[in-house]
Amino acid sequence: MFSIIKTIWIVILHMFRKRETVQYPDEEVKLRPRYRGRIILSRDPDGGERCVACYLCSAACPVDCISLQATEDEHGRRYPEFFRINFSRCIYCGLCEEACPTYAIQLTPDFEMSEADRHNMVYEKEDLLISGEGKYPGYHFYKVAGLKIKGKDKGEAENEDEPIDFKKLLP
Amino acid sequence: MAVIFYISSAVAILSTVMVITRMNAVHALLYLIVSLLSVAVIFFTLGAPFIAALEVIIYAGAIMVLFVFVMMMLNMGTKAAEQERKWINPRMYVGPAILAAILGVELVYMLASGSNRAAGFEMIGPKAVGISLYSSYIIGLELAGMLLLAGLVGAFHLGRQDKD
Amino acid sequence: MFELNWSALIAIGVLLGVFTLAPGLIWLERRLLALWQDRYGPNRVGPFGIFQVLADMIKIFFKEDWIPPFADKFVFFIAPGIIMLTVLMSFAVIPVAPGVGVMDINVGVLFFLAMSSLGAYSVVLGGWSSNNKYSLLGGLRAASQMISYEVFMGLSLLGVVAMAGSFNLREIVNAQAGMWNIVPQFFGFVVFMVAGLAEMHRIPFDIPEAESELVAGFHSEYSGMKFGMFFVGEYVGIVLISAVITTFFLGGWHGPFLPPMVWFFLKMFVFICFFILLRASLPRPRFDQLMTWGWKLMLPLAILNLAVTGAVLVAVNQGH
Repeated sequence: MFSIIKTIWIVILHMFRKRETVQYPDEEVKLRPRYRGRIILSRDPDGGERCVACYLCSAACPVDCISLQATEDEHGRRYPEFFRINFSRCIYCGLCEEACPTYAIQLTPDFEMSEADRHNMVYEKEDLLISGEGKYPGYHFYKVAGLKIKGKDKGEAENEDEPIDFKKLLP
Repeated sequence: MAVIFYISSAVAILSTVMVITRMNAVHALLYLIVSLLSVAVIFFTLGAPFIAALEVIIYAGAIMVLFVFVMMMLNMGTKAAEQERKWINPRMYVGPAILAAILGVELVYMLASGSNRAAGFEMIGPKAVGISLYSSYIIGLELAGMLLLAGLVGAFHLGRQDKD
Repeated sequence: MFELNWSALIAIGVLLGVFTLAPGLIWLERRLLALWQDRYGPNRVGPFGIFQVLADMIKIFFKEDWIPPFADKFVFFIAPGIIMLTVLMSFAVIPVAPGVGVMDINVGVLFFLAMSSLGAYSVVLGGWSSNNKYSLLGGLRAASQMISYEVFMGLSLLGVVAMAGSFNLREIVNAQAGMWNIVPQFFGFVVFMVAGLAEMHRIPFDIPEAESELVAGFHSEYSGMKFGMFFVGEYVGIVLISAVITTFFLGGWHGPFLPPMVWFFLKMFVFICFFILLRASLPRPRFDQLMTWGWKLMLPLAILNLAVTGAVLVAVNQGH
């Protein structure tokens, strides 16, 4: 009996509390930096694509909404020929971001992407690529990887020793 | 007042006939409720509003709801209606019909002989009912109360669950 | 002839008032619930979202009025009508102000009780005729709940009737000119309020609907305006219970300074808000808890209240 009266009293006191509702279209929603929203592809500090088309994001995706095709340029550097995300399937789980070895694919705090036509929810590489570095500024995959590309020979990466000539190692 | 009396009497008779002839039990009960309501209206026109209200509260409002409750529990479908249809044949209802007709003839004779009084000649309020119940009919009231109590205790005994 | 016109006008006025009050109440309930749950409620359509109800009404009128093929059509059709009919009929005996009221019969209390007991049919028949197991369960629950709570709803009012010495609602209000019945009949008031809530199956006692267990209970199969009738009937029922509590326990139109009708509506409004508050704060009891509450707590309380009232009245009358 007493608990019922106490309950009613607590509910009455809620009259004077701040209202939790965010009046969304009129009021901006405060999104945290790690909010999982629209997916982007980021670039190197030099402006090259970070994506190396390893298919890990596509394999990790639980709803299979990412499809891409790998190709190589004349110097052996891999990049996606096309990179397509079907956002009408995407569940914004963030597994692709976790799987990505080069920090290329990232989720951003933006959810305002409704379309009248379902086909417009399919984003191509041009739509996904941004001109910045996203959440990891200064990270350059090829600067830390031992792969030889144009303008960087073997052993020139950060914290990398000169390649050992195994013929000279012989006693 | 007389017109209302005759209309509600006609409704009562008609709905009671419908109660007997319906195959579906719930439809029959609905007509029975209508019949009870029209009887309440008759009581009201005869100057007994207290009895009219009690008729609606107790008969139409409580007992009939329990009837409907039981009907719902029994879940009688088309099979029950079929059985009902088989039961209602002239052999079954000719006896009661003749007896009821004798009563009807008696009633008409009494009405025609003029020994009745006009409807609504005196208004009997709840206070008068209460005073007569608790003075001249006190023994009857006590007996009815004891009967109801016995029914209550019996129902409680039957519905009791052993806690072990 | 003038007499007849006057009462007809009052009847139409009460009807219109009830029908504008009920949608207003839907809006009020949504806003107040939102207020107590730290939300806004409807606030887009019109000032403070007041036209939201209008939009909902237009929507519900244009919805398909579907009768399931497995339903008992005749009973299915009349069930929503019964609740509206009985609730609106009950308003006939409520005295709003001196001289304002549709009907002045000397068994007004019994008339109200009779109408509320007939209201049980709406829910029970609606549940049965839908021919759906959830509806049937809802109807069964409604039947047992309403029958049980009717018993002490009547008993709790008898104390008031004994104090006024009449079943006439107008005389009951007049008998409270000195002191409102809520003081001497406090337990009767509590029992009547609980029973009234259960009778209108409002939220702490909405076991016949119980959306978390029974889909939507007795009106699972109803749609369109037939559902709307149940819905509006429930809201009109809240207005009715508030008006009846005001009449029986809060001295009806009596009050200082303000005109009688304003007092009546003010008291009624307070009770409507209180019922919404109960909806916002209390959980639904289990069905056996409901029955235990009713028969083992409320019924003895009502009988005790009646017995003590009778004893005190007899003692006072013999003293004179």
